[in-house]
Amino acid sequence: MSSTAPLPAAPASSSRMIQVLGGIAMLSGFLVVLTYQLTLPRIEENRQRAIERAVFQVLPGATTRRDFLVDDNGVRPASEGGSGTKVYAAYDADGRLKGIAAEAGARGYQDIVRILYGYDPACECITGFAVLQSTETPGLGDKITKDAKFLANFPLDARLAADGRQLANAIVTVKHGSKTGPWQIDAISGATITSAAVGKGLNNSAQALLPRLHPHIDQLKVQP
Amino acid sequence: MAGRKRDDTITADTFLEGIWRENPVFVMLLGMCPVLAVTNSVMNAIAMGVATTFVLIGSSTLVSLLRNVIPKQVRIATYIVIIATFVTIVDYIIQAISLDLYNALGAFIQLIVVNCIILGRAEAFASKNRPLKSVVSGLGMGTGFTIALLCLGSVRELLGSGTLLGFSVFGAQFEPWVVMILPPGGFFVLGAWLLLFNWLRERKARLELKEETVHAR
Repeated sequence: MSSTAPLPAAPASSSRMIQVLGGIAMLSGFLVVLTYQLTLPRIEENRQRAIERAVFQVLPGATTRRDFLVDDNGVRPASEGGSGTKVYAAYDADGRLKGIAAEAGARGYQDIVRILYGYDPACECITGFAVLQSTETPGLGDKITKDAKFLANFPLDARLAADGRQLANAIVTVKHGSKTGPWQIDAISGATITSAAVGKGLNNSAQALLPRLHPHIDQLKVQP
Repeated sequence: MAGRKRDDTITADTFLEGIWRENPVFVMLLGMCPVLAVTNSVMNAIAMGVATTFVLIGSSTLVSLLRNVIPKQVRIATYIVIIATFVTIVDYIIQAISLDLYNALGAFIQLIVVNCIILGRAEAFASKNRPLKSVVSGLGMGTGFTIALLCLGSVRELLGSGTLLGFSVFGAQFEPWVVMILPPGGFFVLGAWLLLFNWLRERKARLELKEETVHAR
């Protein structure tokens, strides 16, 4: 600050450029962090609400939920922390276990289709699903949530095999109109790839999760 | 400041220029990527328009305030840092308002940063004008952009889904033109609007010419 501002024609010195860029970068950083801090509680709340809405949608009749983590060693409440697959146990007004919701995902036409599905241990079936994130073609791929015939695939058979290590019948998506078993998903014609993504996602998740979850299902039935 | 040759007065034209004579979409054909991508519904069009306007005003203000501080050699880099800041802010704000809206707009929120209207206005206007004038001009440009998005969004939603802002317009028997909410529909509708606006402009020019010849007589 020893001299006055340089003449317009004079080239700016390197140190001045660094000062200006550094100063502006700091100001930017400050603004971004400030906004992040201010909006974080609202964003967290929105995420929680979106999951809650999806859980209650795939498990009709549920009014409360608890989060659990599932891994090779069994099931424990999510509040204890640690790693594992997150599942949401949903209960009706009387405190009875309505079912368990878990996330699944598979590659669709545009990108990963992320869904949340409901599993009912009473019928050993998948009751339905809700889309958490999808960029599928509007009017075609997004039919998976609206097409009545496609939704009629649910409840979907997800019984475990006798040895309890995998599903008795792998969940597969079949060509439109060729469904023969209750574990098959009849694809939407015109949205075959998205339909297949739903089937693949459900199968991958159910094959990994249900054999670990099922032996401990009683643990989830007690509501504190 | 008094020695500056530029005109510092703010007139109605400062604002209106962006809406009509220099409309970013229909006249300058800038920022086509969000214009075509997110205008498949009215709600998306409004959200995108408002978000872009916010970034436009924010970056114009800061660029204009700092215009005498920023060395010429690093001005573009500086503008990009400033624009990116406001885009990140708008990204967080939309997530806080509605996650559904955030998911519907997808990557196009972050892509506001490369919207050439914003960098164009920073370089061509805000860096040469006083803050208040830059804000007014930015608001005008943003409004013009939002109106253009709305023009596309309303037609595409009406024909592509048979609804307007989610409310059914044509009733249940209407068979939606799915192509309208797909990318080709964006090009069709943009083309139709450009045709209309160019026709209006040519007509106006023709009428003015006629008037001039009448007066000359």
